[in-house]
Amino acid sequence: MTEPLLRVRDLRTYFVTERGSGTARAVDGVSFELYPGETLGIVGESGSGKTVTSLSVLRLIPEPPGHIRPGSYIEFEGRNLLTLSPPELRAIRGNRIAMVFQEPMTSLNPVFSVGDQIAEAAIIHQGLSRKAARARAIEMLTLVGMPDPAERVDHYPHQLSGGMRQRVMIAMALVCHPKVLIADEPTTALDVTIQAQILELLERLQRELGMAIMLITHDLGVVAGTADRVVVMYAGQVVETASTTELFARPRHPYTEGLLAAVPRVDTPREQLRAIPGSVPAATDWPGGCRFHPRCPYAWDKCRTSEPPLLDAGSGHQARCWLVTEPARRSASA
Amino acid sequence: MTAPLLDVRDLVKHFPGERAFFGLGAAQPPVRAVDGVSFAIREGSTLGLVGESGSGKSTVARTLLRLIEPTAGAVLFEGADVLGLGRVELRALRRKMQIVFQDPYGSLNPRMTVRATLREPIVIHKLATGDKIEQRVRTLLDEVGLDAQYADAYPHELSGGQRQRVGIARALSVEPRFIVCDEPVSALDVSVQAQVLNLLAELQRRHRLTYLFIAHDLAVVKHIADEVAVMYLGKIVERGSAEAVYGAPRHPYTTSLLSAVPVPDPAAPSRRIVLQGDVPSPANPPPGCPFHPRCPHPKKDERCRTEPPALVEVAAGQIAACHFAREPMAPGN
Repeated sequence: MTEPLLRVRDLRTYFVTERGSGTARAVDGVSFELYPGETLGIVGESGSGKTVTSLSVLRLIPEPPGHIRPGSYIEFEGRNLLTLSPPELRAIRGNRIAMVFQEPMTSLNPVFSVGDQIAEAAIIHQGLSRKAARARAIEMLTLVGMPDPAERVDHYPHQLSGGMRQRVMIAMALVCHPKVLIADEPTTALDVTIQAQILELLERLQRELGMAIMLITHDLGVVAGTADRVVVMYAGQVVETASTTELFARPRHPYTEGLLAAVPRVDTPREQLRAIPGSVPAATDWPGGCRFHPRCPYAWDKCRTSEPPLLDAGSGHQARCWLVTEPARRSASA
Repeated sequence: MTAPLLDVRDLVKHFPGERAFFGLGAAQPPVRAVDGVSFAIREGSTLGLVGESGSGKSTVARTLLRLIEPTAGAVLFEGADVLGLGRVELRALRRKMQIVFQDPYGSLNPRMTVRATLREPIVIHKLATGDKIEQRVRTLLDEVGLDAQYADAYPHELSGGQRQRVGIARALSVEPRFIVCDEPVSALDVSVQAQVLNLLAELQRRHRLTYLFIAHDLAVVKHIADEVAVMYLGKIVERGSAEAVYGAPRHPYTTSLLSAVPVPDPAAPSRRIVLQGDVPSPANPPPGCPFHPRCPHPKKDERCRTEPPALVEVAAGQIAACHFAREPMAPGN
């Protein structure tokens, strides 16, 4: 069995809310592993904690109001990222672990050419000369399929379309050949035909460069098409994890099941969508017991009082649900 | 055959080109946001208008409600031309034609409670007086599935789904016959999106409402629309019943668009067609067929580069603007 590249253990990232109304437990005890060369999909709706999880890995959480709680542990290449000094961390960030954000327009600096922005990491981390770094920037733009790369290298972000900006973001992230790429909703702001281009690009780059990808998304369709394994998050916790085929074929958590039934699809006949009642609770006030119980169609007394751990459902499949140990309850309430 | 409730003919909206260099330079060519769009919607049915950013779908909606003035064309609502109405008649018409916007946070007044938001149109259009107004507000909240306790809430106290319910209740408050839904679920999470789609379908059945449903998400449109029109660069490139357009698309753009929608099933065969390049600027559309630079159709030829294809009937009730609409492209594999 190969060793994981990145190991997240019991990650807790809390925020003190403005009016002092309490602590938002945005990420509340999250554990998962990322293996070399794989794509791990982290799926959840707004407020599930998926983005805070990814930002925590690179320690990009603004402190205050946020803080990563003692006892959290993020291991990468044998070291705990949470105890590294700022210079040690900078040597990893943008170099060994890189990130692509959702909004390419707000993540790119409007007053620098895209070439300068791609070259920056190569100059800082690899000590390239300006001239060599520019050549590297053109090479990266070619790699990400930018038309006329030698010309585009001198363009500014506002001169590019949304899809081209996202290609620039990816070129920036990959310039130092990272081992891990964290992609936070990389296609959410894009049109569907451009999304297809970017997903295809990420697949190709992963094959060619052999990096591991942590793909954060709300879109189950994107996950089904790209991820090898999936982590489903709800209310700051991992509620289910399995291989992609296993998760979609046999969802074990009622939340995953509900999400799958709620997604409209182009490939099946039209039918009434099964909505999940209610909405995601506030992070300052997670429900007691199982955090999903107020919206769960199967919930019984135990779910209201006792919080389930991640339970093993066999073949690498885990779910945070008492139904794993008491499957008969499912048919009883359905 | 009865006349349609809404009949849009050759609608055109050109925005004047910007002048470069602080307004002193040469004017850019006009942006042809909507360039000759025609469709009709039967009472009680839903037309889904789909397209990517910049296709002109939202401009169509705003133009036919006269939130912006069209350059040319005709919009017949209940047989009368909306574009020729004066201010007073327009106000009366607005009672019958309503719109629900994408971002309920941006389209609700943050200083008004839900009750005040819902009372305003009832008072302006004199639909009720005295205690009847309050009664009407309560009925509206009930219709959209919001508990009466939310009447005193401000928009920031509500979740995204609840805010969109208020947006729908406001549209319903004047008892319209026709509602434009402009990306009404795009800002919502999947679990809540399904709630709002089901609510819209339920309200349509109950009040025999007619919808123009605008969305970029083809899967969402499939679940609500009876007929579908696909826009590209200001023009409708394909239109037909939802079954026909989704089941047997004739335009290569429709085929590609459908193939690019991610399917939440890892076992589904990947038939994704990846279109190259970006959508061209509507200020400078390509000659011939506007889709030809990106078109993956294997038979694409010289004619596509020079001769704009007309919308022709390719099957019963299905039209497409492609020189090869009778030899439709198979999805990828």
